[in-house]
Amino acid sequence: MTTRLLAVRPGSRQAAWRNWRTKEASAYAFLSAYALLFIIFIAVPVLVAFFLSFTFFDSIQTPRFDGLRNYITLITQDDIFMKYVLPNTIKFAVLVGPGGYALAFLLAWMLAQLPKTPRTIFALILYSPSMTGGVAMAVVWQTLFSGDPNGYLNSLLLNLNLVQAPIQWLQSPQYLMTIMIVVTLWSSMGVGFLAMLAGLLEINPELYEAGSIDGISSRWQEIFYITIPSMKPQMLFGAVMAIVSTFQAGTIGVVLSGSNPTPQYAGQLIVNHIEDFGFLRYEMGYAAAGSVVLLLMVLFFTRLSNRLFREEASS
Amino acid sequence: MRQEARGKRQGAGGRSRFGLRNSGMNPKGFHPSQVKFYAILLPLAAFMLLPMLFIFSHAFKPPDELFAYPPRFFVVNPTLKNFTDLFARLSTSNVPVSRYLFNSVLITLVTVGASIVVSSTAAYALSKKRFALKQTLFAINTLALMFVPIAVTIPRFLIIQRLSLLDTFLVHILPALAMPVGLFLIKQFIDGIPNEVIEAAQIDGASDLGIYWNVILPMIRPAIATIAILTFQAAWNNVDTSAMYVNNESLKTFAFYLSTLTSSATGANVVAGQGIAAAASLIVFLPNLIIFIFLQSQVMSTMSHSGLKQ
Repeated sequence: MTTRLLAVRPGSRQAAWRNWRTKEASAYAFLSAYALLFIIFIAVPVLVAFFLSFTFFDSIQTPRFDGLRNYITLITQDDIFMKYVLPNTIKFAVLVGPGGYALAFLLAWMLAQLPKTPRTIFALILYSPSMTGGVAMAVVWQTLFSGDPNGYLNSLLLNLNLVQAPIQWLQSPQYLMTIMIVVTLWSSMGVGFLAMLAGLLEINPELYEAGSIDGISSRWQEIFYITIPSMKPQMLFGAVMAIVSTFQAGTIGVVLSGSNPTPQYAGQLIVNHIEDFGFLRYEMGYAAAGSVVLLLMVLFFTRLSNRLFREEASS
Repeated sequence: MRQEARGKRQGAGGRSRFGLRNSGMNPKGFHPSQVKFYAILLPLAAFMLLPMLFIFSHAFKPPDELFAYPPRFFVVNPTLKNFTDLFARLSTSNVPVSRYLFNSVLITLVTVGASIVVSSTAAYALSKKRFALKQTLFAINTLALMFVPIAVTIPRFLIIQRLSLLDTFLVHILPALAMPVGLFLIKQFIDGIPNEVIEAAQIDGASDLGIYWNVILPMIRPAIATIAILTFQAAWNNVDTSAMYVNNESLKTFAFYLSTLTSSATGANVVAGQGIAAAASLIVFLPNLIIFIFLQSQVMSTMSHSGLKQ
């Protein structure tokens, strides 16, 4: 568009070039504030994490190059990491990530088939838990799952004679992970859910008509052959948001149980492990290796979902 | 209008002509086929609403109801005692609770304002300007959608320390402004504005800043509202910054104070402080809800531009 404008304007090539330069300069000026903050708070921290992960660093002395030691220790000697943190993280991520994502899609799909007013009310109810995340709601969970007979869940179960003695829901390794997953799923209908709902509403209804003429006979066929392929960009956006918020929700175990490490490491996720080593033991280099593993996990899952939606495009 | 047309079409021939999607997407009114969705959604919504109803109810309970046995879900004799107790209290280091609230309000307002400016100017450049690095920079930002801030708290700490931002107001604000998803959503929204609109303004002799201010900004209000909400949520609910980058108690946020009320690690008495914690939780939760209710239609119109093309 710029070139076309320049072409009709009389003037030498030099003037056009100068004009072009001022245009580029102004683009960079518009970008500068964001770019600067992006570099300082996103790009550099990632690079520093990467760099520190190859060093020994206790936050007092200067980092000492240590090769792959941190990674080797993480994989071979860190019993807690291999026995609790990694399995916990994978279990949590798989159930909350794809689980929450599928749930978000199905709910959005149902909502899209309701008239506007009930749809808006339902969307508001489903979305609102994601607004605050775990912290503001900690008091709710601590009261509902309180370990004394006075706790709501305990009192209910005692009254129904389903248990004989109150259960320490948030302090017992048996239940903590399940409660973490339920609570995170409860608050997982976030931006991705809204994006998918909007995407569903944007699909041209004629596609469905064409599909039914072409012999699509069930709702499931319709979802897989028409709905999802027509809103792939929103599906992918939703997937990325689901992955990020899943890993970002990693502190929920600490919030619920009130301690890091969580009771017998039952709710210990990689995020807590990083914090444990970084801020409580000051092994910054080792913690950085954990950060890099976490970032790589996010990258891996995003690539995977990317692949998924691209393959569906070709079929 | 389009919606109306669609509704009419379905209303007229919906059931007979397209047997399988008798009500279809985005219907205009009620149809028996919707009953099954209500049957699933109503109980689910009620279930999801429970914790929120609970926080409302709990915050207004007098002490005897807070600790009644068996516990009661809904409040019987509502009282404001928990709120007056909350504000009469000093934190462990003698900072009045109102100070945390003031900090939170100030930080949130500045963050939201600054975030709108920073994201929308950058989005305008990425969407409508021509320059060499355009595609590259957008690709980097798209990659950064995957960024998990919590993973790099330690490197961030080291950088913030270097920049002597520890224990300042700015440390609450600056990191929150680099929000890839915010830039992404506004940029996608601006993409929807036809280039002709900008060309016309250029022919009229408008400057770049003029185009941004007089043409772009008024047209992207829904996207701005969305960024405002996302930034609001990030800033207002932020606990980590206060916990990690701020030692000075009088610079911490209200959400952080709430987290000290519910965390057993700080020695807070979970049982005795329950009423106060519930009141504080309600204060944290309510503004999120109100703002979203007001801006939800704008958010939905932004979200329809949110697709991630690969």
